[in-house]
Amino acid sequence: MTFRARHLLGIEPLSPPEITSVLDLAETYVDLNRRTIKRSDALEGMTQINLFFENSTRTQSSFELAGKRLGADVMNMSVAQSSVKKGETLIDTALTLNAMHPDLLVVRHSQSGAVNLLAEKVNCAVLNAGDGRHEHPTQALLDALTIRRAKGRLHRLTVAICGDIAHSRVARSNLILLGKMESRIRLVGPATLMPSGVAEFGCEVYEDMREGLADADVVMMLRLQKERMDGGFIPSEREYYHRWGLDAEKLAHAKPDAIVMHPGPMNRGVEIDGTIADDINRSVIQDQVEMGVAVRMAAMDLLARNLRAERGRALAEGGHA
Amino acid sequence: MILHFTNARLIDPEAGTDANGTLTIEAGKIAARDGAPPEGAKVIDCAGRCLAPGIVDWGVKVGEPGERHKESYASAGRAAAAGGVTTMVVRPDTRPPVDSPESLDFVAKRSADSIVRVRHMSALTKAREGREMVEMAFLRDIGAVAFTDGVHVVADNKLLNRCMTYARGLGALIVGHPQDPGLSKGAAATKGKFASLYGIPDVSPLAERMGLERDLTLVAMTGARYHADQITTGEALPALKRARKAGLDVSAGISIHHLTLNEFDVGDYRTFFRFTPPLRAEKDRLAMVQAVADGEIDVIASFHTPQDEESKRLPFAEAAPGAVGLQTLLPAALRLYHQGGLSLPQLFRAMSLNPARRLGLDGGRLAAGAPADLVLFDADAPFLLDRFALASKSKNTPFDGARMQGRVLGTWVGGERVFG
Repeated sequence: MTFRARHLLGIEPLSPPEITSVLDLAETYVDLNRRTIKRSDALEGMTQINLFFENSTRTQSSFELAGKRLGADVMNMSVAQSSVKKGETLIDTALTLNAMHPDLLVVRHSQSGAVNLLAEKVNCAVLNAGDGRHEHPTQALLDALTIRRAKGRLHRLTVAICGDIAHSRVARSNLILLGKMESRIRLVGPATLMPSGVAEFGCEVYEDMREGLADADVVMMLRLQKERMDGGFIPSEREYYHRWGLDAEKLAHAKPDAIVMHPGPMNRGVEIDGTIADDINRSVIQDQVEMGVAVRMAAMDLLARNLRAERGRALAEGGHA
Repeated sequence: MILHFTNARLIDPEAGTDANGTLTIEAGKIAARDGAPPEGAKVIDCAGRCLAPGIVDWGVKVGEPGERHKESYASAGRAAAAGGVTTMVVRPDTRPPVDSPESLDFVAKRSADSIVRVRHMSALTKAREGREMVEMAFLRDIGAVAFTDGVHVVADNKLLNRCMTYARGLGALIVGHPQDPGLSKGAAATKGKFASLYGIPDVSPLAERMGLERDLTLVAMTGARYHADQITTGEALPALKRARKAGLDVSAGISIHHLTLNEFDVGDYRTFFRFTPPLRAEKDRLAMVQAVADGEIDVIASFHTPQDEESKRLPFAEAAPGAVGLQTLLPAALRLYHQGGLSLPQLFRAMSLNPARRLGLDGGRLAAGAPADLVLFDADAPFLLDRFALASKSKNTPFDGARMQGRVLGTWVGGERVFG
């Protein structure tokens, strides 16, 4: 089997064939999810814990639904109810959860690298649901699936990633994935929201949105966090919208059949015009949500297969899993 | 109308020449140099007097909005015309400050009262508080030529770094006030024997170098376009030289007061001699005159700061800093010419050509096609300055009663005579 990873901590460790295998399996789950009876037994009897140190509704529900459709027992733990508030360290939380023998641990944390640290301490498969400004691999995979279904391929496409690149794990995972699949990536946004060393990324960097969108096949908008809006990084919402908000005029610089993506939740009138977001001919934002469940099912299915195989090997060698 | 100036001593800062000739202007622009008078032209005999490109005065304070009793656009425009200033580059430190497209729109409308050209600078941060950057793109699009918080130094390096990064993408010019804000807080004189004997709170001249080094380091980090509003100490010059050598896009200015006065002029607590930064030692003044001659300092300006009598009739350290200067900039600058420190083309390079170029304006030149913004003056005519004869609403000049040499005879803006 192509997909060998024990955890899904990022896109960086994945090979192009591994990425393709996740997307191919996800296609079958897209079909399953469109049926009335959306049930598989891939995770039957397994326990999935969603451990969210950072608030999330969309990603957490997507993972929860994915696990349930695969037959897992799913438990949600969010920071508000957890002992982290009482001063427990990240590692103690991990060890506590580990003692409950989960099989899949889905983790979101506000610090880059926190999910990797946790993965070292547990005996189950860990999925990174977003760590700080580092990676958000399932988002990049669902974006890739959405693009592949709309454009028929992932190579030789011009993809413009626009907005707050510096603070975005979505941008980082996407540019790694699309780079591995040999697409051409452009980063577009204010210089104050570009990551340091951006010139060495091997992407084209544009401050002017019209130049950045010229002949793009895919326009990927990023969410502008509220705390960046006033004065520190950009002067105001209205100036940001004027210069980098996606409206019909700016989109006209992209290819006529360019698709528009957004990881959500959107700030209409800040980074994207409402009519563009709702344009069924251009916007694939709703498809991204649908692909999200399918991709997460595929990723968890593949990790579960590897986990079972690993435990099987351990038993055969006389140890215990 | 076609005007033909004959028998003029043409001061051309672009060519660096000072020679007799003629100049023809038509339709608001300079049409020809050293040609015959065209048919129907009105001939003006300059009788050997100097004709130079009008002054572009960088850093003028007008009291609108908020302090109109100190100076309005109408009164500032009259003072400018009488001083040979054809473009006032106005500061944003009004009450409230010019820090939004709406406030810039207001002052742009008010400036229609001025008989000379007006260009506006915007604040760099909202309310000049150093916390949030202004809407630089909107402001630039409606005419802001530069961004500055004036003497309010942005103390937060991270914020200034982001302002510069954002400005770089727009190609916008940031004007800094090189001064360490902590050291210079409350200071009204330059550290030294004079300040000590008179008991005036003082600041080391090196605080200027500290501020400049900080600003230039951030310029190196960000690649922003930067202008230091006033460099007044010799100790700061090496930093500026290094930055230029490193290829940074930097320039610097100085006020005419720091080129013609020194710390001793304060004398018996004369508050009309209180400036920000404070007047310096004579050796620094001489170093700065040399720096202008060498082209290390690009711009000489008046830093026209009207203050009413109440703001000045106070104990020295409590008095408001600054002086009016629109009308005295040229005669004061001519002191440097008469003393032999600077030639007339050098002076007009610093007062007209360089500020226009740096701000992207089309003035400061005598070449065909340039706007017909001109000043005709007698460089030698002596007079005693009477502050109450100044056109400004405020009369706070340090040159009251001083012997000056050099009188403006006529000022033209876009070919229209606005003075003389």
